[in-house]
Order: sequence, then structure tokens, then C-alpha cells
Amino acid sequence: MVDDRTIPAASQTVNDFDGGPRGPKPQRAFSRKNVFLYGTLLMVTIYYAIPLYVMIVTSLKGLPEIRLGNIFAPPVEITFEPWVKAWAEACTGLNCNGLSGYFWNSVKITIPSVILSIIIASVNGYALANWRFKGANLFFAILIFGAFIPYQVMLYPIVIMLRELGLYGDLSGLVIVHTIFGMPILTLLFRNYFASLPEELFKAARVDGAGFWGIYFRVLLPMSLPIFTVAVILQVTGIWNDFLFGVVYTGPESYPMTVALNNIVNTTQGVTEYNVNMAATIITALVPLTIYFVSGKLFVRGIAAGAVKG
Amino acid sequence: MASKRPNQLFRNMNAKVSAIPMIVTALFVFVGGTAWTIVYSFTKSGLLPRMKWIGLDQYERLWGTKRWLIAIENLAIYGLSMLVLVFVIGFILAALIDQKIRFENTVRTVILYPYAMSFVVTGLVWQWILNPEFGVQNIMRGLGWQSFTFDPLYNAEIAIFGVLIAGLWQGSGLVMVLMLAGLRGIDQEVWKASRVDGIPAWKTYIFIVIPMMRPVFITTLVLVVTGIVKVFDLIVAQTGGGPGIATEVPAKYVYDMMFRNNNLGQGFAASTMMLVTVAIIVVPWAILEFGGKKNNG
Amino acid sequence: MESSITIRDLELSFGAVEVLKNLNLDIGQGEFLVLLGSSGCGKSTLLNCIAGLLDVTDGQIFIQGRNVTWEEPSDRGIGMVFQSYALYPQMTVEGNLSFGLKNAGFSKSEIAERIDRAAKVLQIEPLLKRKPGALSGGQRQRVAIGRALVRDVDVFLFDEPLSNLDAKLRTDLRAEIKELHKRLRNTMIYVTHDQIEAMTLADRIAIMRDGKILQLASPKEIYNRPASKYVAEFIGSPSMNFFDGKIGENGQSFACDAGTFSLNGYQFGEGGAQDGTAWLGIRPEHIAVGTEAKTMPIQLEASVQHVEPLGSDTLVRVLIGDRRLWVRIDGQSEVADGDALNIGFDPAMANIFDKTSETRL
Repeated sequence: MVDDRTIPAASQTVNDFDGGPRGPKPQRAFSRKNVFLYGTLLMVTIYYAIPLYVMIVTSLKGLPEIRLGNIFAPPVEITFEPWVKAWAEACTGLNCNGLSGYFWNSVKITIPSVILSIIIASVNGYALANWRFKGANLFFAILIFGAFIPYQVMLYPIVIMLRELGLYGDLSGLVIVHTIFGMPILTLLFRNYFASLPEELFKAARVDGAGFWGIYFRVLLPMSLPIFTVAVILQVTGIWNDFLFGVVYTGPESYPMTVALNNIVNTTQGVTEYNVNMAATIITALVPLTIYFVSGKLFVRGIAAGAVKG
Repeated sequence: MASKRPNQLFRNMNAKVSAIPMIVTALFVFVGGTAWTIVYSFTKSGLLPRMKWIGLDQYERLWGTKRWLIAIENLAIYGLSMLVLVFVIGFILAALIDQKIRFENTVRTVILYPYAMSFVVTGLVWQWILNPEFGVQNIMRGLGWQSFTFDPLYNAEIAIFGVLIAGLWQGSGLVMVLMLAGLRGIDQEVWKASRVDGIPAWKTYIFIVIPMMRPVFITTLVLVVTGIVKVFDLIVAQTGGGPGIATEVPAKYVYDMMFRNNNLGQGFAASTMMLVTVAIIVVPWAILEFGGKKNNG
Repeated sequence: MESSITIRDLELSFGAVEVLKNLNLDIGQGEFLVLLGSSGCGKSTLLNCIAGLLDVTDGQIFIQGRNVTWEEPSDRGIGMVFQSYALYPQMTVEGNLSFGLKNAGFSKSEIAERIDRAAKVLQIEPLLKRKPGALSGGQRQRVAIGRALVRDVDVFLFDEPLSNLDAKLRTDLRAEIKELHKRLRNTMIYVTHDQIEAMTLADRIAIMRDGKILQLASPKEIYNRPASKYVAEFIGSPSMNFFDGKIGENGQSFACDAGTFSLNGYQFGEGGAQDGTAWLGIRPEHIAVGTEAKTMPIQLEASVQHVEPLGSDTLVRVLIGDRRLWVRIDGQSEVADGDALNIGFDPAMANIFDKTSETRL
């Protein structure tokens, strides 16, 4: 009874407020906040983009134009000669075959390193997540803490180990080094991923009679494509961009691209060809940049994985 | 009865076998390698490692070398500035991007792309942009400001800041992404509550949001610090340690001693000092983070 | 009754934490046993031990007379259904059903025949080519049951299979599981925290707490003669009402602040009558009101504090002095806050628990 009386009374009151604000609150597109926000972001974005722009522009100019003009100015006359030269003719010391050979060195280093490190880390992460055994967590903890040890501490012992194995100065030695140093982050990545999958799935597979490898290949692998993609992105960019291990564990013939690039640009002989240098720089950055722009969110997930707690 | 008694050693055999690479790496490379280097830092190793014990001589010589002292000073200046600026820039950018802006993906992509590039590439690009003959200084002078001087890579006094500019450009995107993830991970009801209570946004950030993001800050801090201590390629590519020895850093000192100057003992001692530096940061963090809850590790 | 599963002196500890304590259990051939308890009581752990998914610390497990304590889960002759369905997302329904049979090395024709049979029983034939992602919750759980069904085993284990479903589906699927059991007549062990599922499905219920079985009996027995105060409170909603008082005159009367009740008609357990402090419990549905209350041996004056109409019946919270009681009355009764209400009950329907041991007297 009480309710029946209040409802018409309420609608009466609402009618009294005709003419007041109604509907969505008006928003100004150019509020002070928005001008500040977008203005700042625009400037920041330009600042971050400039180096890439300068690289590209410089690599497309002739040397005389560079000497006269300004590094931000777009090229008056576009030339691809610096690119050709960087790829095929630029000199590192006495060797003047450009970056091409070193590009293939990097490919030969990166592909097996990525495959090997991901196989080892994914199986290991799976064992840690689903088949806990005594001592597993201790070794895993050492592995994770090992990731914080400065590489410099382990550089020379590894030199000795590779020398004993006859792999020092060889591409395959570098592959082993990349597999070792990729292991902490990748194992963490895979362990956390497999641990996040419902445990009941694993139990169901055991009731269904699948063993260690059966569960890995038939049940888990098919549902883990995203995490493998993240791992590939992480490893390809990391290994391609490596300089330290390349310069320590390979010889002049087997240098990866980053080492060769540094040698080309920072060589003190002759005239410095800035356009060729920048072309070489872009060529070296091309693989990780392509991966970055194509992979988008997965790249972010890969680097965020480094911040995930164990 | 029908079932066979499972032997403890062979149980989970597949799991144990697949953990062998991890066990070998953990024990022989990480623990063994580190111990080996520390032990040999007390020896008179030169071209080759030699087990001739000389106590703390290498360390005394290290701390008496001007190049090492400059390297440490540079690491301190670069490290502290990097740490403060990368956090300030990274957090502010993340907070701006978190304002439900349009073109979020574009902005994020542009700010993060430097992180996809190697330090070598970063160093070389900024070497070019900061080149006084052609780069920023030249342009400002061309615009009529004849006395404008900005040549960090040619001025020993400020050379390390030239490296800092490049390092910030390369690394701030990473911090931004981690901070943004942290901001997004915070319960949106916190923002609703502070709006209802009429608390200004900046106060909400400082007094509520940032304290809630403590775990993100700590993990980012650990990542950034270990990255700073390892800085090597950037220096080699951008300045080569120069002008003179103005931008030397410990990692480069270690490399040069071990592989160029045939002075392994110095390299071992210097790298052990780097390890100590990292341990000072990482060990307290580890105790704080994992010490209290051993059982679920 | 021949026993299908026998558990002897089972112990399980994780480090210093004892999860299952010296547990013994016999489950008959074709029996439907429900393990019931609140979370953390060890019921799922016990099921996982039976399945072989957890290694026991001590004790033995026999299934169909065979000691399976050290056997792999797939060799124990069990099928298992999980709460989250645990279907392999990348395989079709058919693939999910055949995965275990393929691992066990069955021939193609045998596999096809078994899938066919199970699909008919569960009416999932049209779904065979679909992937789990394209199924509804109820369909997924049916496939999960199918996965146990094709194994053609004597023992089915259910780990809270209906908890992820909404209320309506849960009721439907519950009935289907009961039907399935009637039809297959194999042993089923069913873990749940839902007392309605337990009461409706079980031949016997095992109520667990802190890794021990408190009472193992038929649903009716557990409802009517709970072995302890904990069981009495756990079963029934709203919970049993308790009077705090004292037994006197060699078990002839019970004195509390609401008065002294004659215990004429109450059946004491094996221990017989004992004087001393005790709880007297009576279920809300065993309390009569109004004229009916006048016929009861024990009668009390109460006032209505609060009324909760549920439709089929109405729950009334009444006050006797400052003691609160829940009373369940007919849904059509007119009762309002503040009304005076006569209530009464028969001591034959009550349960009395010792104050210190909390066991039924």
C-alpha cells in the first residue's frame, strides 16, 4: 500500500525540473586537459621517431648533400647506392665485402639458437610445472638468480669450456652460449604458462593413459602456440641484437652482424661515409624492427614476461 | 602385488632427463663459472689463467687504476641519472597513455620501438645525431644561434650524458610498458572511489596508485639496474669509451682487460666487483620478495 | 555386499601438513558414494588418491580386489570427470573421447563402436565433430562424462562435476547422472560440497572434516541421526536449532532456559542415556506451529521476529526470550512480524549431543 502512493508522487516531482540538464554531459574536444595531453604525446612521439627518420633520410642521400645540408632535411635526390654499398662493399678492416656475409652469419647463429633454446626451455618448463621432482625448485632458483649475474663474470670460464669442446671461435659455440643465457627467462616463461593451464587437464590426460611426452606433444603443445610465438620473438630479437657474446666467442670470419656493423662504422680509415653507415645500421636493425612492427602485442608480452615473478 | 614398486630415482625419469640442461647450466655455468672467476681473481693470471695465488693484489691494483675509477664514476653517474629519469619518464608516459587516449597503439608502438633495436644500432644513430659537424649543434647554428654548443661526444666533461640520452631513448619504452601494465592492473574501483571522494588525480597517483604498484616498481627496478650494470655495447658503439677514457664503464674495462690487454687477473677482479654491485641490489630484493614464503617457491 | 573399492589406513601429508589421517573406507559394488564436506576437508584429495593422481604417504588402495596403490591412473580401471570439464581444447569431441582409447592401443573399429555407444547414451551424437569451445557448459560436461564412459570401467570418479554450471542445468544433469548410475550400475564416487547433490544422488554419504570421515551412512540416516553436532549443522538448511542445557533424571528430561522438556520418546544411541550438559537440536521443519503445535509433547510460546517467504514454504525466525529459532512452515500461512506464535515439537524428532565431545547421545 505504501508503495502505491509514492510512485505517482515521484514522477510529479521529476516534471517540476523541466528545463534542467538532461542527457549526456557536453564534452569539449579542445579542453585544456586534452590540448596538454595530446600536445605532450605528439611531441614525445616525434622525439622517439626522429632517430629512425634521420637514419632513413641519411641513408638515402649522397655524401655531398650530407656535407652541405642538415640531417633532418629530406633528401633532395634519393639514391640507393649507400644501401648497395653497405650490403656488398663496405669495409671492416681489410675485408670489403659489406654486411651480406655477416647477415648470413647472424641468420646461421639465430635460427639454431632460437630452436634449441626453445625446445630445451619449453620441455624443462613443462617438467617444472607439471612433474615436480625433488630438487627441481632448487635448480630453478639457481637458474633464475643466474640471470642476474653480470655476464662478464662468466665470460672466461665459458671460453675455457668452449675451447675444451673445440667450439671456441665457432658459430656452434655461440649457439650453445645463447641457449645457456636464454634458458632462465625462457624457462620462467614456459613454466609460468604451463602452470597457468588448468591442472585438471593434465590429470585427465593421465587418466587417459598419456605419459610425459604424450601429454607434452598431444595435449599441451597444440594449445601453446601463443607462448611459443612470444618465445620466438623474444629470442630472435635478443640473439640478433647481441654484441657481447658475438665479439667474445666468434672470430672475424664468423662475427654476427652487430659486431661487423660496429667495425664498419667505427673504422677510422679513409673517408667516413655517413650515408653508408646509416644504411648499414638500418639493415642491421631491419630484422628486429620487422618482428616488432608485425608482432605488436606479443612483443610487449615477451618483454613483460621478464617482469613476471617466478 | 601386481604393481611394481616404483624406484624413487627412476620415478619421473623423463622429467629429470629433460631438466638436465637446466641442472648443468645452473651448476656448471652459473655457480661453477662464477666461483671459478672469483677464485682466479686472487691469482696472477695474465695471458692465460694461472693458479698463482697473490691475495688481494689484483683488487689493490684495480682500485689504483685511473681508468677503473673513471669507469666506476661513470657507472654511478649514468646509473643514477638513468634510474631516476627512466622511471620519471616511463611513469609519466604510462600515466598519459592511460588517460583513455585515441591512437594509443600508435603512441605506444613509437615509444617502444627503440627497445627492439640493439645497443649497437642505438649507439651509432645517436653518434650521428650528436655529431657536432652535422647534427643538432650544426642545425641550431644554422638557425642563427652561432654560439650554440652541444657536443657531448666530443667533450670529456659531459660525454657520459651523450650516452645517457641514447640509453634513455632506448630504454624508457620498456619502463613505460611495464608501468602501463601496472596501472592497468589496478582495480578501477580505486579511481571510482577517489572520484566520489573528490581527490585530485595527481594525489591519487602519488598516495594511492603508486604505493599499490610497489611490486611492479620493484621488478622494474631490478630489471633496470641489472641492465645498467651490464651496459657495454652502447658505449663501444657510440663512443668507444672516449673521448680518451671519458666514457669507460666497468663492463668494457673487463672486456678490454680479458681479451685485449691479456690481463685476465684484472678482468676477473673487475668482474667480481660488478657481481658484488649487482648482489647489493638483488639479494635484499630477493630476501624481501621470496624470503617470507619459501614453501610455494 | 562385495566390495569394489577398499581403502586401508590411508595417510597423506604434504610436508608437515597431514591432509588425510588414517582413513579406512569400503565401497560396495555398484554403490553411489558421495564424499561431502566444506572446502579443505580432504574430499578431493581422497578422490585424487583413489585415481592415482596423488601419491599416498602410507596405506593401501584396492580397486576390484586389486592392490593399485602404486599403479598409474590409467591402469586402475577408473574413469574421472572433472569440475572444469578438462576437455582437450584442440581436439574434437570425438578426439577427446578417443584419446584414452588410442593411448591404450584399442583398434579403430573398437574405438568407433565405443564412442558410438557412449554418444547414444549421452545424446551427444550431433556434437562429435565439434570442438569443446563450440559447446555449452552442459554439453561439455556431458562429453566429459562420455570420456569416462568409453573407458568401459567399473569405477567412475566425479570431482565436483556440476559446480561450474548454473542452477537449472545442475538440477537437470544431476538427474541424468542418477539415471546413468541406475543404468550402468557401476561404482561411483562423487565429491561435492553441495548437500542437495549429496542427498539426492547418494546411496551412502561420507561426511569429511579435517581429513577424517565423520559419518558414513545413508542420506536418511545422516539427516535423521547425525553422528555429531558438526554433521547436524552441516546437513539441512537453514541449520538445526540448538538448545543449550542439561540432561537430568537419568535421561528423562532436558532443562534449558526455555523450560524443562520431557525426553519421553527420544531414542538414545548405543551409549544410552547420560546426565550432564548437552545440546538439544531440532530441525526447523520438525517444529510445528499454531493448532498443530498444541498436539506436540513439548510446547513453547514464541514471537515472530522476521519472515522469509520462499514460495513453497516460509521460513520464520522466532524468539523465545532472546533465543532465536528457525521454523519452517507452510508457504500459504499468514504470519507477520511481531505476531505471537505457539510452537511445539516431538522429542522423538530431536537429536541430543554431548556438550564436550559433541557426539550424539
